[in-house]
Amino acid sequence: MMNNLNSINPESVQESLPGKKERRRARNASIFEGSLVSAAIVQSFRMLNPVIMAKNPVMFITEVGAVLTTAITVYDLSLNKPGLIYNLAVLIVLWVTVLFSNFAESLAEARGKAQADSLKRTRQNTAANKFRDGKVTQVNSDELKEGDFVVVSVGELIPGDGEVVEGVAMVDESAITGESAPVVRDAGGDRSGVVGGTRVISDRIIVKITVAAGNSFLDRMIALVEGAVRQKTPNELALTVTLAGLTLAFLMVTGTLWPIGRYFGITLSVPTLVALLVCLIPTTIGALLSAIGLAGMDRALSANVLAKSGKAVELAGDIDTLLLDKTGTITMGNRQATSFIPLNDVDSRYLARVAMESSFSDETPEGRSIVILGESILESETPPETSTAEVIPFSAQTRLSGLDFPDGRKLRKGSSDAVKKYILDQGGTIPGELQAIVDVVSRKGMTPLVVADGNRALGVIELSDVLKPGITDRFKRLRSMGLRVVMVTGDNPLTAAEIARQSGVDDFIAEAKPEDKLLYIRTEQQKGRLVAMMGDGTNDAPALAQADIGVAMNSGTQAAKEAGNMVDLDSDPTKLIEIIEIGKQLLMTRGALTTFSIANDVAKYFAIIPAMFLLAIPGLRVLNIMQLSTPGSAILAALIFNAIIIPMLIPIAIKGVKYRPLGAEALLRKNLLVYGVGGVLVPFVGIKLIDMMLSITGLF
Amino acid sequence: MQILMLLLFIALPVLLSWPLGSFMTAVMNPSLNSSDGSLAILLRKTGGSILQREQDWKGYLISMLFFNAIMFGAVILMLALQQMLPLNPDGKGPLEASLIFNTAASFVTNTNLQHYAGEVSMSYFSQLFALTWLQFVSAATGISCFTALARSLAGSTLVGNFYRDLLRSTLFILLPLSIVVALLLVAGGVPMTFEGAAAAKTLEGAIQTIARGPVAAMVAIKQLGTNGGGFFGPNSTHPCENPSFLTNYIECISIPLIAMATVWMFGRITGRMRHAAVIFSVMLLLLILKSGIALNLESAPAMAFKGLPIESVSNLEGKELRFGPSGTAAMWAAVTTATSNGSVNCMHDSLNPLTGLVPLAGMWLNVIFGGVGVGFINMFIFIIVGVFICGMMVGRTPEYCARKVETHEMKLALLALLVHPLLILVGTALFASTSWGAGTVLNKGAHGFSEILYEFSSAAANNGSGFEGLGDGTVPWNVATGLVMLLGRFIPIILPLAIAGSMAAKKPVPETTGTLRIDTPLFAVVILGSVLLIGALLFMPVAVLGPVADYLSTSLQ
Repeated sequence: MMNNLNSINPESVQESLPGKKERRRARNASIFEGSLVSAAIVQSFRMLNPVIMAKNPVMFITEVGAVLTTAITVYDLSLNKPGLIYNLAVLIVLWVTVLFSNFAESLAEARGKAQADSLKRTRQNTAANKFRDGKVTQVNSDELKEGDFVVVSVGELIPGDGEVVEGVAMVDESAITGESAPVVRDAGGDRSGVVGGTRVISDRIIVKITVAAGNSFLDRMIALVEGAVRQKTPNELALTVTLAGLTLAFLMVTGTLWPIGRYFGITLSVPTLVALLVCLIPTTIGALLSAIGLAGMDRALSANVLAKSGKAVELAGDIDTLLLDKTGTITMGNRQATSFIPLNDVDSRYLARVAMESSFSDETPEGRSIVILGESILESETPPETSTAEVIPFSAQTRLSGLDFPDGRKLRKGSSDAVKKYILDQGGTIPGELQAIVDVVSRKGMTPLVVADGNRALGVIELSDVLKPGITDRFKRLRSMGLRVVMVTGDNPLTAAEIARQSGVDDFIAEAKPEDKLLYIRTEQQKGRLVAMMGDGTNDAPALAQADIGVAMNSGTQAAKEAGNMVDLDSDPTKLIEIIEIGKQLLMTRGALTTFSIANDVAKYFAIIPAMFLLAIPGLRVLNIMQLSTPGSAILAALIFNAIIIPMLIPIAIKGVKYRPLGAEALLRKNLLVYGVGGVLVPFVGIKLIDMMLSITGLF
Repeated sequence: MQILMLLLFIALPVLLSWPLGSFMTAVMNPSLNSSDGSLAILLRKTGGSILQREQDWKGYLISMLFFNAIMFGAVILMLALQQMLPLNPDGKGPLEASLIFNTAASFVTNTNLQHYAGEVSMSYFSQLFALTWLQFVSAATGISCFTALARSLAGSTLVGNFYRDLLRSTLFILLPLSIVVALLLVAGGVPMTFEGAAAAKTLEGAIQTIARGPVAAMVAIKQLGTNGGGFFGPNSTHPCENPSFLTNYIECISIPLIAMATVWMFGRITGRMRHAAVIFSVMLLLLILKSGIALNLESAPAMAFKGLPIESVSNLEGKELRFGPSGTAAMWAAVTTATSNGSVNCMHDSLNPLTGLVPLAGMWLNVIFGGVGVGFINMFIFIIVGVFICGMMVGRTPEYCARKVETHEMKLALLALLVHPLLILVGTALFASTSWGAGTVLNKGAHGFSEILYEFSSAAANNGSGFEGLGDGTVPWNVATGLVMLLGRFIPIILPLAIAGSMAAKKPVPETTGTLRIDTPLFAVVILGSVLLIGALLFMPVAVLGPVADYLSTSLQ
């Protein structure tokens, strides 16, 4: 219960265990942590390699400008031309600009690596007991191939991702999830998936390895955050094209100034033109673009979500419809039996007895609560003997469970339509009053379970569920972001409608079977909506594959994990909301910094243009509205501002712009104000300050 | 006074644009199920079965280019052979080859940059069947392509039939409107005759030859179709093109009329009237800003008067006083360069230096209502860029008109955005640094630079007005501006239609509260921001070196 409460607020999820705690620390540590910074600095010099730079057109042009300026400075030096200090200063600032850009990317990469390392620790080579033709051989875990079987006993690490094919065991998954409570993993069911690096703490299981070593979800995620296999995501690509276009435009603007200067009898110096160019092209966003993308992946990982690709994280921001399971997401999920309502001709104690009997082998909280309620009604009566009976387990398809006794007696309890169908199949009839009771219970937002003994309906168990605190507010915010929330539940339509009303979801799928989810997703997609869902079972796999964002729970089956495009290590059903926020924040950060970058150009123009042409056209000094001291210091001040704004914005690039769940209009207004208007004003102040400092040195 | 002038010259076309927008929508996009009206039936049957074939954006553009190429060739022939063709009472001789190329390019691109004086060089046949004809079909080309863009953004992959649209816009929009305006002008004293030049005896007894001809017809379409090419060299400053305050008023409000109506038409075709209103208000705001600045600056005396007793009068140099106060000229200068019209009623070279920046800025942005149809097409590029950057700031993949804006669209949008500054800046740089341009300017320094800059801006924006003060009748000027006009016309039509076509082929995205709203005042700020930041930043250096430096150096003397 406490876990469910906590999971509403992802920040307060238990942090007692090493794996997750470490990653949280890595995220919250100051962005410029010493060890990361030194690694990033070394890397930034390595990245000066033009082959690497060419991937980033804006910074590539900057580097070409820096090379050109260096060549000219050396040439001028050989001719003993004046202006050496100025040229030297421009040259240094240009190279520093390129290095800052490399540093931003390297730092984000280093942070990703730090995250990945903590995950990798679970990936260390372990001994595996390969099981073949009844024989067990010891091999190294990295020699395991897909389809191999391994035996894992108490205290051993599971050597790779796979599925339990035999046995039941308690598994400690804290290394991956940070969750202290061990989980049950057993063969066949929806809880058969195991992750390499987790430890078996009871019993012995046989695991079929489903992913070859080095190829698992985790391996792929590690490669992604490390930047090893990074591909530009669609939006990142579109933005790169845009920035390249703007760079080309400003290249034209500055390139034509040289011949135009000749008309006015001025020969503009190449370093000055390069300085103007580098100030105008969107270096700020160009330098931070990769870091923003990497940091987005990193944030997903910090939320304990493994994404198959960066594209998936980016796409999350576009989600229109969210399919949420009622149980555990919208309601507390531990439904409690609150009363037994017998039919007119049924003894209430008889109903209680049958309800209890059919629930003895039902280990779910509901089943236990039925037993407890039954015990309180029957008091001292001896519990019925059920050990000889065959257990009919609950399944999402049949939606009922019960016991078959050797003497032919069959007890069933389950959803009203499933039990009714069962009674009819057994040749019984449905008393009219049953539906009335079911409806009354349903309308209260409670779940009715019908109990039957053979082909005779006995009555109804009333299960009540409680909405999670704060869930209605959360849905309100989701709606203001334009998301449609759809509740998926096995409840009958009346109960579902009542819970839907109380929680404020937009739509619900009642009496949901797995194929209903699939159908619903398809219908939504036909309307052009992007759908996200979370699932765990094998029968969720088609829906997970169909959904635009399918998040499989880590506890779920391998099939579900392969079908989805993300895995949630915490198996927390509210995680979808967090994933969407990460996606939105990623795009917002790109948009905000692009706006800031372009808006900065206004002030830079006012610094550089008068400075460039002051000699030929003295009247231009009125445009020097910042009162910058000399042409040289004005140009340098603009260039230095342009460079140092990059490291100053690294925290925003890595943490992302502040995200609030608001409507598009409010978000845009806020961001335009901060990054648009701010982007115009800030450089005026910054350039003036730098100019004052430069003039103090007396060199310029 | 200035506010009254603004109201007088802007309010009327704004009011008229609303019903005209509805009418144009009905003509260009007659609803197929409307049972009423013989007009709708007539329109459906226009052109017969060949013209009923629906084209996708590629087919539409191919037809457009094909048609324009044929027209280009035909007009070159007509101009080259004018001395052998009829309707040449004054016996106008052959034209120089580069001038023929320049003139044909100029009129086929709706620019009407005139490196000749009509009354000196052109026969009536050339004026009517080559030039006036192109004034109609080039304007109709703009309206048609714009309509195709609107249909695309409304979500259909079939964007109509170019020839049918061309026919409809010529016959049912441009022709009737031109007849109305031409009749008003004739009533106001503009000649419309096929007789040759008149000979008049002046008071001093000298014989003066007064050029005349079928003037009213050409003036009407030159104003309405944002062409700008006048019958006479001096354009609308000439008393036979523009005799009085009243004709001046009619001509001036004709300039932005159709371009304004296209914005409403866009709203109707796409079903997004509020979005259209947002775009309209941004354009209107820029127009008012531009006109207001021009009015204000021109109310100051010319620099030459500085310190003299007559310093109190407004700048009257190069103005026709029969139109009223100098503001009528400033107003016209602002409107004619906001749209890509380019007709003039004063000497732009004589505007106060900073006023000279106003027409230039209009042509650089080229989206303040702009040329008929193409103004909106240009604005579409700024909208796409604005939507892309600001769309990300709401945390979604950017969308416009329920379609995602992705890499392919941005690639094309940036190319389209680059063409305009490329033509202007590279052209200016080339001519300013060589004798081709530097040798032809009448003024040295910043003012001479403005003259070169203006010529290329006018050609690239398909405006056609001249700053003048430039010996632009040379072969290099003819060839360079001819090429600039052709590239500056067709690339910015092709690329936006390709963008819209690619968007129409995408699956529509549902609009939610999480979607960037395109129908709010905030979106107006977004468009204004992208026009000013991206459009203006590219031209800031040349603006400073031209008009601003001109102003600063003269005011400091």
